[in-house]
Amino acid sequence: MSADAVGPLDGDRATALPRSNGELVFETPWQSRVFGAAVALQRRGALDFEEFRAELIEEIQAWQRSHHPADEGWAYYERWQAALERVLARRGLVATTDLEARAAALARAWSHDH
Amino acid sequence: VSHSHDLDDPGLRAAALEALLVEKGLISTDAIDAVVEHYERDLGPRHGARVVARAWTDPDYRTRLLADGTAAVAELGIGGVELNTLVAVENTPEVHNMVVCTLCSCYPWPLLGLPPKWYKDPAYRARAVAEPRAVLREFGLELPQETAIRVWDSTSEVRYLVVPMRPDGTEGATEGELAALVTRDSMVGTGLPAAPAGVLT
Repeated sequence: MSADAVGPLDGDRATALPRSNGELVFETPWQSRVFGAAVALQRRGALDFEEFRAELIEEIQAWQRSHHPADEGWAYYERWQAALERVLARRGLVATTDLEARAAALARAWSHDH
Repeated sequence: VSHSHDLDDPGLRAAALEALLVEKGLISTDAIDAVVEHYERDLGPRHGARVVARAWTDPDYRTRLLADGTAAVAELGIGGVELNTLVAVENTPEVHNMVVCTLCSCYPWPLLGLPPKWYKDPAYRARAVAEPRAVLREFGLELPQETAIRVWDSTSEVRYLVVPMRPDGTEGATEGELAALVTRDSMVGTGLPAAPAGVLT
């Protein structure tokens, strides 16, 4: 990992460092839901956190291989969500096709025609 | 006008996943609520601050903390599977410690709550190791050249807590007053404790 390939942490980009202690834990409600789902699954023994973390690392590394470190599309909890989906699919708990069908149904329900 | 939701919308995927998990009986909405509430409301850097303040006021506790962090924080009722093994590292005039997780975002949740956004960013994760002194400068922390910087890379097994140096001018302070000076960033090593009121730094 070369330091020159890495953008500045400062400035007005998305990667600028918030320095206060008072920032929100989650930026949007869905982030808290997908975080809470993983921890709740672990607490009841339905998710092995080591397996999940390995998947999360793989997701993050894959994103980093294809993006600049200062890319504004970086979203930690999107990687978390993707990692959780993959572990649950591999374990046979939630099939990707089921998830996508449900997302499509929700998309229709959430869309509104005027 | 019809506007549709992109199937890659993360909020949509998260909602779909939660709905399926609940329908399959794997978890309940209440269980997720409880986790979120716990992390948003109960956990946070004040638990770590209590540990640091105790180490500043009780030399025996400090020795135990540096020898076995997991056991020492358990004395204060902090721990659990989400902490794993805790290693406490102490700042001195010679050595400044700084924590990162280069691979993902491992962090001592029960002591500090969830990590701030910058801790999870690719830029911090890469640059903390490659150029720690420059990163600390961007946090407003200019260390003397003679102070060495030691960067600790968290893993799934080991989490780190930085024990910062006790600020000058706090000789008569109580443990509670001291804990109020211990910032989150000072326990990650990207900041220093706050100065006590009335002391100019």
